[in-house]
Amino acid sequence: MVYDVAIVGAGVIGSLIARELSKFNLKTVLVEKCNDVAQGTTKANSAIVHAGYDAIPGTLKAKLNVEGSHMMSSVCDDLSVPYKKTGSLVVAFSKEQMKTLEELLERGRKNRVPQLEIIGKERLLEIEPNVNKDAYGALFAPTAAIVCPYELCIAATENAVSNGVELVRNFEVKSIDFENGEFTLNSDKDSIKAKYVINAAGVFADTLAGMIGDNSFSITPRKGEYVLLDKSMAGVVSRVIFQCPTKMGKGSLITPTVDNNVLIGPTSVDVEDKDDLATTDEGTSFVQKQVALSVPEFRIRNIITSFSGLRAHSNTDDFVIGQSEANPHFINVAGIESPGLSAAPAIAKYVEKILLSLIGEQEIKADFDPLREKPVRFREMSPAERREIIKKNPAYGRIICRCETVTEGEIIDAIKAPAGARDVDGVKRRTRSGMGRCQGGFCGSKVVAIISRECGIPLEEITKFGGESTMLIGRTK
Amino acid sequence: MQNYDLVVIGGGPAGMAAALKAAECGVESIVVLERAETLGGILEQCIHTGFGLHYFGEELSGPEYASRFIELFKDTNIDIKLDTMVINVEPDEGKNIITAVSKAEGLVDYCAKAVILAMGCRERPRGALNIAGTRPAGIMTAGTAQKYVNIDGYMPGKKVVILGSGDIGLIMARRMTFEGAEVKVVCELMPYSSGLQRNIVQCLEDFNIPLRLSCTVIKIHGKDHLEGVTIANVDENRRPIMETAEYIECDTLLLSVGLIPENELSRSAGLQIDNITSGPIVNQDRETEFRGIFACGNVLHVHDLVDYVTGESQIAGAGAAKYIKGLADNDPEYINTKGINGVRYIVPQRINLNGDEDVKLYFRVGQVYRKANVKVTCGDVVISNKKKPKLAPGEMENVVIKQEQYKDFDRNSEIVIEIVEG
Repeated sequence: MVYDVAIVGAGVIGSLIARELSKFNLKTVLVEKCNDVAQGTTKANSAIVHAGYDAIPGTLKAKLNVEGSHMMSSVCDDLSVPYKKTGSLVVAFSKEQMKTLEELLERGRKNRVPQLEIIGKERLLEIEPNVNKDAYGALFAPTAAIVCPYELCIAATENAVSNGVELVRNFEVKSIDFENGEFTLNSDKDSIKAKYVINAAGVFADTLAGMIGDNSFSITPRKGEYVLLDKSMAGVVSRVIFQCPTKMGKGSLITPTVDNNVLIGPTSVDVEDKDDLATTDEGTSFVQKQVALSVPEFRIRNIITSFSGLRAHSNTDDFVIGQSEANPHFINVAGIESPGLSAAPAIAKYVEKILLSLIGEQEIKADFDPLREKPVRFREMSPAERREIIKKNPAYGRIICRCETVTEGEIIDAIKAPAGARDVDGVKRRTRSGMGRCQGGFCGSKVVAIISRECGIPLEEITKFGGESTMLIGRTK
Repeated sequence: MQNYDLVVIGGGPAGMAAALKAAECGVESIVVLERAETLGGILEQCIHTGFGLHYFGEELSGPEYASRFIELFKDTNIDIKLDTMVINVEPDEGKNIITAVSKAEGLVDYCAKAVILAMGCRERPRGALNIAGTRPAGIMTAGTAQKYVNIDGYMPGKKVVILGSGDIGLIMARRMTFEGAEVKVVCELMPYSSGLQRNIVQCLEDFNIPLRLSCTVIKIHGKDHLEGVTIANVDENRRPIMETAEYIECDTLLLSVGLIPENELSRSAGLQIDNITSGPIVNQDRETEFRGIFACGNVLHVHDLVDYVTGESQIAGAGAAKYIKGLADNDPEYINTKGINGVRYIVPQRINLNGDEDVKLYFRVGQVYRKANVKVTCGDVVISNKKKPKLAPGEMENVVIKQEQYKDFDRNSEIVIEIVEG
């Protein structure tokens, strides 16, 4: 079979594109090299919807950031993904930095960012009392927001799959042939044929483009390390707090997450290895020191975990979105670093437009459903709702993860969902089971047993996140 | 709504002993709410022996120790609700509301005159340590590995490094060896082990497993699955000495780096938590600051022997019975206990001077002492001053204060325990 479109890479960009294309009568396949979606940059970033004053006016970054930021709330609404319009503050600590804020404000106006303003020290400390008292003022962007990026990706994939897109996992494209107007994507074992290819391969987008002889851009993985803090830190700030960019860099941010944790980071270090997700002692301590400058009351305690992500930095310094010069049926969606998440919904629309310009306008399917129903979230329910749901299905009465109050019913739902979880981390990202302060110490083995039972996979074949990441090696003596 | 005189949260060794003691003291309506499918708590996966030497005077395995108590329930009217998770405790003197969920009964509110918190503790995970490197499969707490091996019958790996020399880590070093795994080293950050001496001998020395003190894991290697760790010695400020860094190939890293009392329910109920023990503040009956709410076992402070948990929980059970029967002192006069000069914490944290029984104060030291004195004072009064051959953080100590002594203590003073060297 020949697909109309193959999207390579099921990160937030690939999955949102898949969702847009699922409106049409197209045979679309979403190809992912991992055992689950959201495995690259999508699972480890700042989770912020930037207002849009950062990007240089006239760039794709600027245009798509502002558009995407505007679309994000309704996309999240349709997909039942947590989104909070918290607003953001860029805090200045000197007269010189106040000047930088003026520049950012001006840039924001050019980019048409709504409601931007510079606020003085008094107002700043009134709305964020834990910010350093030495602050001069801040650039306040009320339209900035926080989302859960991997949940957005999972939800978009689910919605796309429900509307007919096929998800193929564990398919790493190793080479691409083009013959008679058809691409053949080859993995080590298998191949997939498609008329059009959309390259959403994240940090590997240049490698993928290279397979059709497109060497027009290169991607450098730029590592960002983060530290996630326990919910007991919630409330230390209510908005995203950025530091004023200086010659020394952009500084670090501190932000609430949609799940009421606190996230600090990132660092910014170019690395060679596109799989290098190791955290470092230097990175963790850099982030802590940086954040202590903007929020001195902040003490690093109650660390839940630290992690790092790789931004796909393009040598063009802008998003690379468009038909490849090497083959016009191959569409690059590359270099999607910050503000890539913010721009994601607009990028998907933009790519849709490019594709339609190639294949002609398409009618929207009569049975297309843009909505993804919200999964059961026992921890968010009232006592009456809890009673009701357990009556309907007693599996919701069995709590598996006590730190995050996740029930067996929710874990089964996550596995049975379209494009459902196949491994322990997949369950974790869909339900939060194992994301709390005990990090799966108590529920981990129960989750392994549930996956094994529901998927009919032997216990020793269950993985943490696909590949060789098995949890157990076999029976005891 | 279901009404009980006493709701016990947790059916591990603490909850069982407390419930049984309360019943023995004449409390008629008791329910034990347990999240697992069986009573016994963590004892069920502790198939090694060493339990019961103090309490039963014989050496039992964990399940044997638990079953001695489980058997006793048959002769009582205590209700047991298994597979039932308590999700909220709303304190209200004399009519506390406990909300629990289960597959069998759905969401149920229990109303109780008294509550005993016996939720136990959990292990500190990797995140809390913030070790640099990758995040592959093959890293887990020693207790999780213990469950996989002893309950599920599965092995997590063949080449093992253990970080932390807590008792579960030591026990698992031996257990994994029995199962054919190679335990390469046990690294302990501190210059001493936090585990029991007998476990160091029986679980490491007898199997030639090296214990490296003042040593830690500084980096984790491997993409999908753990391939190795870098370990290094640390200086007196616990900072790694890079010249001593050494790569060790392994597929499993077990963490035994401390236990944390499981006090989410206590916290959300509004109980004050002791910063050092991470458990609620209690008096000699193990009653918290909220009248009628008691706490015992590892939820209160981490014990090294289950026998001590049993003893403490019986105190809580008796205290709850006294409260339920209206025999509790309505006009308590409290003074605090305080550990200084090497004494990290004391439980109970406060003593009602109108109590009618001798009080045993449990405490832990912060470092290893040899031939030091344990001095107990109240104001100018020296209550006791006894020489100890050895004191170690891994071994809980206790001192007794007689009722006839403390009844006359100055109401504005405090009871101080300290270590005097030399």
